[in-house]
Amino acid sequence: MKKIRTSQELKALRNSLLQRRDPNKPCVRVCLGTGCRARGSADVVEAFTNEIKKQDLEIQVDCKQTGCHGFCERGPVVVIRPKEIFYQRVKPHDVPEIVSKTLLNGEVVDSLLYTDPASGQKVLYEYEVPFYKKQARLVLANNGRIDPTNIFDYIAIGGYQALAKAITTMSCEEVIDTVEKSGLRGLGGGGFPTGRKWRLCRKAPGDVKFVIGNGDEGDPGAFSDRSLMEANPHSILEGMIIGAYAIGANQGYLYVRAEYPLALKHLQIAIDQAREYGFLGNNIFNSGFNLDIKINRGGGAFVCGESSALVASIESKMGEPRAKYIHTVERGLWNKPTNINNVKTWASVPLIINNGADWYAKIGTEKSKGTAIFSLVGKVNNTGLVEVPMGTPLKDIIYDIGGGILEGKKFKAVQTGGPSGGCIPEELLDLPVDFERLTEAGSMMGSGGMIVMDEDTCMVDVARYFLDFLQYESCGKCVPCREGIKRMLEIITDITAGRGKEEVLEILQELAEMVKDFSLCGLGQTAPNTVLSTLRYFRDEYNAHVRDKKCPAGICKDLIEYFILEDKCIGCGACLKLCSQKAIQGDPNKLHIIDHAKCIRCGICRDACPYEAIMVK
Amino acid sequence: MVTLTINGTKVQAEEGSTILEVARFYGIDIPTLCYHDELTPYGACRLCMVEIDDGRRTRLVASCLYPVKEGIKVKTNTERVVKKRKLILELLLARCPNSKTLQDLASEMGLEQVRFKMENEDCILCGLCVRMCAEQMGSGAIGFVGRGQKREVVTPFRVASEICRNCGACMYICPVVELQCRGVKSPGEICNSCLVFTPRCLEKYGQVMCTLDSCGACVEKEEK
Repeated sequence: MKKIRTSQELKALRNSLLQRRDPNKPCVRVCLGTGCRARGSADVVEAFTNEIKKQDLEIQVDCKQTGCHGFCERGPVVVIRPKEIFYQRVKPHDVPEIVSKTLLNGEVVDSLLYTDPASGQKVLYEYEVPFYKKQARLVLANNGRIDPTNIFDYIAIGGYQALAKAITTMSCEEVIDTVEKSGLRGLGGGGFPTGRKWRLCRKAPGDVKFVIGNGDEGDPGAFSDRSLMEANPHSILEGMIIGAYAIGANQGYLYVRAEYPLALKHLQIAIDQAREYGFLGNNIFNSGFNLDIKINRGGGAFVCGESSALVASIESKMGEPRAKYIHTVERGLWNKPTNINNVKTWASVPLIINNGADWYAKIGTEKSKGTAIFSLVGKVNNTGLVEVPMGTPLKDIIYDIGGGILEGKKFKAVQTGGPSGGCIPEELLDLPVDFERLTEAGSMMGSGGMIVMDEDTCMVDVARYFLDFLQYESCGKCVPCREGIKRMLEIITDITAGRGKEEVLEILQELAEMVKDFSLCGLGQTAPNTVLSTLRYFRDEYNAHVRDKKCPAGICKDLIEYFILEDKCIGCGACLKLCSQKAIQGDPNKLHIIDHAKCIRCGICRDACPYEAIMVK
Repeated sequence: MVTLTINGTKVQAEEGSTILEVARFYGIDIPTLCYHDELTPYGACRLCMVEIDDGRRTRLVASCLYPVKEGIKVKTNTERVVKKRKLILELLLARCPNSKTLQDLASEMGLEQVRFKMENEDCILCGLCVRMCAEQMGSGAIGFVGRGQKREVVTPFRVASEICRNCGACMYICPVVELQCRGVKSPGEICNSCLVFTPRCLEKYGQVMCTLDSCGACVEKEEK
């Protein structure tokens, strides 16, 4: 393949691709993102391919394997072009019907349509599904539209045009000016203005500079970086190449965790393709600018998502942070000026170059521009990947997009920003999400995890869970993080076990504040957020645990007891048969009784009871 | 040269030096455990945290690493800093209750009790030995392994190192293992004896013995 050297050549290639592609030709787009794949979408693709072959339709119909569409709850998701008909929970045995009805005759398979739980109406088109309707998809826009392993798909939707524009028509300073003016901030969670970072790196003395894409997303429950890397790897590369051009770097690294094999595979394919077409390599667009990008696999440490630990890891040193009083933009990888951005930030860059700084600056709030990407999980009806303009109230995300709380239960708290984020209570549901407001509320943007909790969640137990994770993931270099988290966990474990006295809450608060102020890196400084925010908003629950030795949510095993309600139990014996401890006694058709001395509070009896006769106190 | 303020006093310092170096040069004491003049600063013990005001905001920085800048105002002993330093020390003492260095520091800082469950570790993972071995002895026979709670200093693969020359520099520089405090009688107690004792050994030996090794004799005698 001849390398593309001018923007005319790129345009010509795109036009020839568009000419060859009929926009009205029916195309099945099957989501092969992680969530849908886990639900068997690979089998669905196979079924489509076989069925299309069987019916001899290969010329009339396309079948495309795309990345994550975002609505993971309803996977495997299939969208049929040109009308964008949206089918959900598609099984391989549905495929012949879809092919013969929808693809050939334009009819709709009613049973596979999504039903809006609010109105009870069936939704026909993808863009009308409430989950997508309220979103503003910019970075994730093309996730469900292109085959990530095919560079032609990316070029056909206008890919690499921003790169051509930046390199052939703009100076390095102009690119930085545009990014700075757009107000783009680091989407990895820090929120540092990207344009300013680039400028600092460009100005830093030295001939050798590096750019790094951070794809080491380690938060439990977050998968936005993963989806982007799997579904649209070229957008990340394009952003990185533009950034490297603006900064003056000739070597880039993508740091991706080894637990994301599909992302690694797709990125590698994308890099090879970009090299083949001359978007990477020497003399990109005849400008004399050279760049190569290498992938570095992470070894599984959460802390390596922190920029200085990431740098140490690429240098083959132990993945632990250093103090950043001298910034990485001045002295980073191999002590050379290094610009590290999250993969989502890089992927936003081509959009800004294509559409202009003013267009981007119009989206979002005064200080936080653009969109925020959240992995909406937990006790909501519609789990999945959500992209909304900055400043969207939490309520809209959880209720309008997320479809409210599972099983109609009551909302209790939402945790944003992964394990180091804080828990935001119901009173603050109107809070617009942007960098500043979330920090004020004691939480953070973080990597975009959003975990919704219902009334059955014990906030003390939540704090314990996340401390346990952080204790395991702390690198152990500095004392506050290593010893402080351990002691906080010790105290909270005592509280959940009913051994906590009232005064320990003061020690807990003191410890949390110290860890926040004194820790070396971002991981330690944000680690106590869950503790501090739960102490701030859910003090009652802590008090109930330490004073009354009760767990109001009925979660902490040492503080609860199971009871059988006299008026509801009919003596069916369902619980008795399942109790592994033989703690339930009772004759058939008579009231059963739980022996508290034997009961291990596993809760199996409650789940088994068909009459809801077992309750927790 | 840059001019900065430390605890209200205007001082001049060479560019590139750290707050800790400057403060110590002017006789202002900042406690440290993982710092040594001749080794690369590491910033792990966090005892040397100070408050700085750079005109835009006040923040806490590790003085052993922070390079002095023109016009910054440094406060080494504010309430915010001192209270948290004490808590750090408390955490370390809960880990290594019998370290004389830690016990002495606790007495100096006025720490009265340790409120956490006691452990019996020897090492505070300050990394002085690791840096000493690599930087001054040119050997690099020991290093950190493991993460978080499992972190420890060992030789590679825990086998006797071929490049270790048994020079003892690691033992020489270790702030906690070398001197054991023998005065502590119950868990959580801060010994304090060394700071208030009358050196009885002076009469017998003509010198104070416990600068080399705390014999504990003074404490025991006082109790009898």
